Amino acid sequence: MANFVFKNHGKLERHSMLLLLFIILVVSVGGLVEITPLFFLESTIEKVDGMRPYTPLEVAGRDIYIREGCYLCHSAMIRPLRDEVERYGHYSLAAESMYDHPFQWGSKRTGPDLARVGGKYSDAWHRDHLINPRSLVPESIMPPYRFLAEKDLDYRDIKDKLKALKIVGVPYTQAEIDSATEDLKAQANPNESPTKLKAHYGDKLNIRDFGGGSDRITEMDALIAYLQMQGTLVDFTTYKADAPANRR
Amino acid sequence: MAPPQESCVKLGKSLSTTPSTGRAPAAVGTGGAPVLLLVSVLGALLATVATVLSQDPLFQFQGAIFIIGFVAAAAILVGGLASGGFKQDSSRYSDNVIKAGVIATLFWGAAGMLVGVIIASQLTWPRIFYFPEFGFLNFGRLRPLHTSAVIFAFGGNALIATSFWVVQRTCKAKLFGGMLPWFVFWGYQLFILLAGLGYLVGITQGQEYAEPEWLTDLWLTIVWVCYLLVFLGTIWKRKEPHIYVANWFYLSFIITIAILHIFNNLAMPVSFLNHKSYELWSGVQSAMVQWWYGHNAVGFLLTAGFLGMMYYFIPKRAERPVYSYRLSIVHFWALIFIYIWAGPHHLHYTALPQWTQTLGMTFSIMLWMPSWGGMINGLMTLSGAWDKLRTDPVIRMFVVSLAFYGMSTFEGPVMSIRTVNALSHYTDWGIGHVHSGALGWVGFVSFGSIYCMVPWLWKKDRMYSDRLIEWHFWIATTGILLYITAMWVSGIMEGLMWRAYTPDGFLAYSFIETVAAKHIEYMVRTLGGLMYLSGALIMIYNVIRTVGMPSSVSVNHPADAVPAGLAIAGE
Amino acid sequence: MSITYETIARFAQQGGSVYFFLIFLGGCVYAFWPRKQAEFDHAARLPLDEDSSL
Repeated sequence: MANFVFKNHGKLERHSMLLLLFIILVVSVGGLVEITPLFFLESTIEKVDGMRPYTPLEVAGRDIYIREGCYLCHSAMIRPLRDEVERYGHYSLAAESMYDHPFQWGSKRTGPDLARVGGKYSDAWHRDHLINPRSLVPESIMPPYRFLAEKDLDYRDIKDKLKALKIVGVPYTQAEIDSATEDLKAQANPNESPTKLKAHYGDKLNIRDFGGGSDRITEMDALIAYLQMQGTLVDFTTYKADAPANRR
Repeated sequence: MAPPQESCVKLGKSLSTTPSTGRAPAAVGTGGAPVLLLVSVLGALLATVATVLSQDPLFQFQGAIFIIGFVAAAAILVGGLASGGFKQDSSRYSDNVIKAGVIATLFWGAAGMLVGVIIASQLTWPRIFYFPEFGFLNFGRLRPLHTSAVIFAFGGNALIATSFWVVQRTCKAKLFGGMLPWFVFWGYQLFILLAGLGYLVGITQGQEYAEPEWLTDLWLTIVWVCYLLVFLGTIWKRKEPHIYVANWFYLSFIITIAILHIFNNLAMPVSFLNHKSYELWSGVQSAMVQWWYGHNAVGFLLTAGFLGMMYYFIPKRAERPVYSYRLSIVHFWALIFIYIWAGPHHLHYTALPQWTQTLGMTFSIMLWMPSWGGMINGLMTLSGAWDKLRTDPVIRMFVVSLAFYGMSTFEGPVMSIRTVNALSHYTDWGIGHVHSGALGWVGFVSFGSIYCMVPWLWKKDRMYSDRLIEWHFWIATTGILLYITAMWVSGIMEGLMWRAYTPDGFLAYSFIETVAAKHIEYMVRTLGGLMYLSGALIMIYNVIRTVGMPSSVSVNHPADAVPAGLAIAGE
Repeated sequence: MSITYETIARFAQQGGSVYFFLIFLGGCVYAFWPRKQAEFDHAARLPLDEDSSL
């Protein structure tokens, strides 16, 4: 057997294609074993009540969150450790990011965790804080985002965005895609009828002028709309953390 | 200083072409320049049409960069073809593309480190270094610029340049593909511009170390396949039966990065005329694929690739064969097999299933051994030549580089233990850890290799000044130590403060108190980074002076003619 | 006996350990095979033996 190994490895050295093939085989094992089961094991994502896809305004806000690189300083993944649960709230569930393409858990907490920031502060606090963080928190080292309040939200492609998200697996209906622009406007403008929006995304919705002070829809409106729903969807009164199905 | 333009001129003047067998047909004699010209013209047309049709300003921005790139390439190719500049190059090896690679490495290195110093300053003095009217200079946009510039622009160019050098020498064959290596080089620089300028205007897919959007990702895929082709093709042409182990490491780096890049960037564009895309995976799966990618970008780009560098340049500089060739084989296979499993240690205590976390932790701890195999092999290569540590600052750089490699590959497994990770994760400790690897190991082994290659490439006896190398070495080493000790202190401090309780059972500190507590450490970190950058600038000055030296062996500049202080000021 | 998660996990853990260890041994046998000494010595000198590095 040893002689067999010897001979064939000699070949391996002299034949680059064999070397290449062997490298591919060797580096594939770990990824296949760790990644593929995540798509098939049902226990990977908990069964919860309350999760829904993002509304068009929240999608636009999330894109701004990504664009500005918020994830580089703010984690959005509360670990089941005593201090984190007391500081930020219930530890994060896999189900809570099931519609996140890509995930935004982050790897660094230069600023506090944002997984459950929704509803913790007022819209006005967020607006003032984003415009000049040090006006509210003198020791803050966060960058200023005044331009978000000045820039109109470009939502010409919001329909395409929902369409693309549907292709990668977010269960938007055709009606939701068709009325994406209307729904976006309805959520940011309290003067418009929210009937259709609510029919699409349920009652657990924030509908108001998030950025405040104008009839325009700014990037600030979208970002605050996204922040204010962070971590608020899952109904924890019906979630049994100790149930066997949820213990992993 | 404008190295890109300089190498641009070189591209026009002295392109290396197909092997000088004398029987190459005319079309091949130009090294495929007409084909590249056709590609450039078609590319420019396609980019123009797409830019005009798109309604997305950020897509149009990318389109404009493509147009400029393709038009410039076409102009240079036309000029070169017209003047007959692409005639057969009879030299034994293609070295001009490596020269360009060295210049690009140094340029991007300094640029990336400068951005690092800027963002460190922003976190230290936010009232001075943030500009409300210039949102594109905010930390969130500059941070990917810093990481991509040092990892992919500095590290990537260093790997491409040295791999081209090593594969030719150890295979005793000229680079494969005529002008293809030049396409790889310039295509890669275009990728860097697309990614880097893209971050500034807000084009990112929000995945750490994989921020470039779908269009840029596609372009990199094309360039990377060509890189693999050049590297493999050169191995196919080799006159030496054995493939030297350094090439194994380079090959594993190239092919694995290709696999990681493709699977972590599978995404659906919003439309084909829109810069934005949504990843195919979501949530837990997205996290797992991302850190499978992220950790192996460390494992295969920043480790395996640079080990390839180490396995050539340390033996070469020490003038001794590698300590144990057998060890190099064993640790190669062990390293590439085990590394790929380690990703989940970035996701301890998260919503990732625990079995995956445990697997990641187990393999991360096992990874300690093959990592140290490489360190021991490198260090022991110097046994019997330890006296060179005193006389040769480049050898000293290699040794310190291996020391940092050994240290950070010990620190890594420790941090991957779940209970340690509970404290270290999300803190500055992680930032310190990557910088001991990046500044200490990756930076120093690259600097050392470039100090070796520059005199070889430009046909000089030696570097312009050994004394400046000494300065570089000491300033940079001190800078690294300041950096990582500051991050240990601030990281462990904030980790402990987050979980501190008062005797009554309340959390002891508000979050902002833990931020304010780190101010001194952030100042020290900025100073450390500034020192490291200064070292790199000294190196650039030294390289420029070396290139300007006469090639003749008899003429020698006294090494100490320029006082080091003046030299720094001159830069 | 039905196939449960635990069965598969146990098989993967034990079988995997044995399998990986055998592969590792194979690699070692190859690397330390006595007759390869000369070839490896030659290979190790490759960076030093190029005729014209400068």
